[in-house]
Amino acid sequence: MRPALGTITLREPRTLRDALRMLRDEGPLTPLAGCTDVFVQINFGTLRATEFLDLSRLAPLRRICEEDGRLVIGALATYTDLIRSRLVRRRLPMLVAAAREVGGPQIQHRGTIGGNVVNGSPAGDALPVLSAADATLVLASAAAERRVPFTAFYTGYRASVLRPDELLVAIEVAPVEGRQWFRKVGTRAAQAISKVVMAAVRDGTPRIALGSVAPTVVRLPRTEAALAGGAAIAAAQGVLAEEIRPIDDLRSTAAYRLRVATNLLARFWADTAA
Amino acid sequence: MNTPRSGGGARTVAAGPVAFTLNGHAVSVDAHPMARLLDVLREDLGLTGTKEGCGEGECGACTVLLDGAPVCSCLVPLAHARGREVRTIESLGGDHALQRAFVAEGGAQCGACTPGMIMAALALPEHPTRERIRQGLAGNLCRCTGYEAIYRAVERAASETVATPGASAAAEERKP
Ligand SMILES: Cc1cc2nc3c(=O)[nH]c(=O)nc-3n(C[C@H](O)[C@H](O)[C@H](O)COP(=O)(O)OP(=O)(O)OC[C@H]3O[C@@H](n4cnc5c(N)ncnc54)[C@H](O)[C@@H]3O)c2cc1C
Ligand code: FES
Ligand code: FES
Repeated sequence: MRPALGTITLREPRTLRDALRMLRDEGPLTPLAGCTDVFVQINFGTLRATEFLDLSRLAPLRRICEEDGRLVIGALATYTDLIRSRLVRRRLPMLVAAAREVGGPQIQHRGTIGGNVVNGSPAGDALPVLSAADATLVLASAAAERRVPFTAFYTGYRASVLRPDELLVAIEVAPVEGRQWFRKVGTRAAQAISKVVMAAVRDGTPRIALGSVAPTVVRLPRTEAALAGGAAIAAAQGVLAEEIRPIDDLRSTAAYRLRVATNLLARFWADTAA
Repeated sequence: MNTPRSGGGARTVAAGPVAFTLNGHAVSVDAHPMARLLDVLREDLGLTGTKEGCGEGECGACTVLLDGAPVCSCLVPLAHARGREVRTIESLGGDHALQRAFVAEGGAQCGACTPGMIMAALALPEHPTRERIRQGLAGNLCRCTGYEAIYRAVERAASETVATPGASAAAEERKP
């Protein structure tokens, strides 16, 4: 059951500075971006929070631009924004591929990349892309701004280093050398939560990230090293099978996920061969 | 139904009624900013054409256009409609090309999904391919028709010559 509205409050700041002050002085507050995760939780009464902070008026957080050679994506950029952005299409096509496979159009118009990151589901489709791209997250509080490598953001299942007084404001991506690759395996293209999702970059040292096979999105350093060292793909698949420990759950089994992951690795390698 | 909110003054959007444009008309509703747009449309504004299926963004029955883009109104807080344009199935009036085509092709059986389907279809470009229609309706579930009749209905409506009111939403979608 949805909690009674009378118990819920919403703050609607007009600027980032005010939003950050409210988080500091009036928190804990739950930020709202596109609400495609939060409203599901509210509608089903699984979210206990009652004090919310609306980010939707903070227009600068929706910008996508280039700064000092880096691609900077505002946390409020929606999947539709990513798909339509020439900059993202040119510099990070694997993110466009991921965005196209999120939900249906209704979810793509509302869901944000920042919400995907902070929600932190291990099945989040943008997450392996940010991991393989070695993205940096820009976190801001009223007192300071700090930068955290995406690969150091999560500390466990849906847990991260983001503090309650901080917002994710942007995601920065340095130029990605090499061929980019993304594949999502679910039950059907639209609306399906990923069973296994892989993003990878083929460069001297390949960068490979997997979602839905562990409590958080993971990089595969040993598999990457094996491929960089010239291992045959079959050997690299063997390393991958040692490197991840997927689980059985409602959506799939561990054995199936492992099989899919090793197949995806071979697909990536074949698709990106020169 | 309004709850007291702190941090008032110019720092935040003023409390009180939420004003937006609904089907071309200015409206103002005195409802909670965290109320679901779906409930406000159906209960506060009496527009019951928009349906609730799942309440979790999966089925698309509650689809409305927000500034021309299809969204699930069960996942939209009223606050996010403030100052924006909301369009519901009622704006079509009953004799829209899409409505006639859904009838003609048997695209509506129980009808639960139909308003949402039509709102999602409105956002399609003017002469969509079958693939584009599939994509555009991928967020809408139908338990009755098996989709074929729905796709045919959208194609039939698109083949009717004069520009439909959907064209403006489609133009919106094509913006860079
Ligand atoms: C039908 C349906 C299908 C879906 N399909 C997919 C799918 O295929 N792939 C996928 O990955 N996801 C999917 N999702 C999940 C969801 O749409 C995404 O995770 C989306 O990116 C969430 O973004 P949002 O803006 O809606 O987040 P919200 O719901 O607004 O917020 C999510 C969480 O992040 C916090 N938050 C948001 N922005 C910030 C910020 N800037 N700083 C700090 N905290 C913040 C919120 O407090 C909340 O805890 C689906 C959801 C639905 C309902
Ligand atoms: S009722 Fe909103 S998507 Fe099902
Ligand atoms: S006509 Fe019954 S759900 Fe579509």
